[in-house]
Amino acid sequence: MGNSLGVVAAKEADFMIHNLLKLKILGQEVYLTTTHVSLLIICVALILIALVARIKLKDTNEKPSRFQNAMELVVEMLDGMVASSMGKKGAPFRNYIGVLFLFILFSNLSGLLGLRPPTADYGVTLGLGLITFFLVQVNNIRYNKFGAFTELFQPIPLLFPINLIGEIATPFSLSLRLFGNVLAGTVIMALVYGLLYKIAFFWPGILHVYFDVFSGAIQTYVFCMLTMVFIGNKIPDKN
Amino acid sequence: MSNITNEGLVLAFSALGAGIAMIAGLGPGIGQGHAAAAGAEAVGRNPGAKGDIMSTMLLGQAVAETTGLYSLVVALILIFANPLVGKL
Repeated sequence: MGNSLGVVAAKEADFMIHNLLKLKILGQEVYLTTTHVSLLIICVALILIALVARIKLKDTNEKPSRFQNAMELVVEMLDGMVASSMGKKGAPFRNYIGVLFLFILFSNLSGLLGLRPPTADYGVTLGLGLITFFLVQVNNIRYNKFGAFTELFQPIPLLFPINLIGEIATPFSLSLRLFGNVLAGTVIMALVYGLLYKIAFFWPGILHVYFDVFSGAIQTYVFCMLTMVFIGNKIPDKN
Repeated sequence: MSNITNEGLVLAFSALGAGIAMIAGLGPGIGQGHAAAAGAEAVGRNPGAKGDIMSTMLLGQAVAETTGLYSLVVALILIFANPLVGKL
């Protein structure tokens, strides 16, 4: 009875995460959910593309094929994005940003294929946010040495708590932004298909273009851009 | 008025609270509109820099959207993962 509101809404508009398989690991009940399945499909798709590209582009002596042109376009686009916002100091981070971009983009676009986007699960986006957070802090300590700690007391020591909260809030605001955007799209699409199912043909495609393609691409770009800005802020310009 | 259960009262006010929380959507709307207006102005003044202006504008708009998304998260928590019902 306590959760009746949620159950009724979930029955009509299905956007919840479903438990598919119950596992017991170390005495804890762990569930395999739809998020895991979507993540697995996306990872396999990305790995397959990478393997095909690796095999096909082994000898590039001849005239570039259509596939090679497409792959070079993607890689040049990603590298150009990193170079334009981080400059020369962005070179070591091209791999991470590129993978991040492709992963989030594929995740957001998976709503088009009827999967539940993995980025609409806070566990996934918090993980991505924490990876960025640790990357930022590790680079902060690597390049600024002891300055990473003294900068928390700038400009006056009284501001230490605020500076600390500002640092710790980074992964949460980053991940909540992506999560909220994708979840909002997922909820609205589920409402359209669940409650308006009698008239839901053809025109939801327009909503898909906005919520999955446009919003998904923008949020992917924003996540990568903010990651680059946060990392770039911590690296002094002379490096 | 004795046929209102405690649970019903909490659920009703949670739904109301979720609706009220979404008023926060006003702020990002206004802010993003301002950003878009400034972006259009900038493109009009310097059409050559359209790409840079677009990316800067989208980045700013996405950051401005954060507060609205916080309210969305609060509303969704109130409706689907209500922490108040468990306290009864």
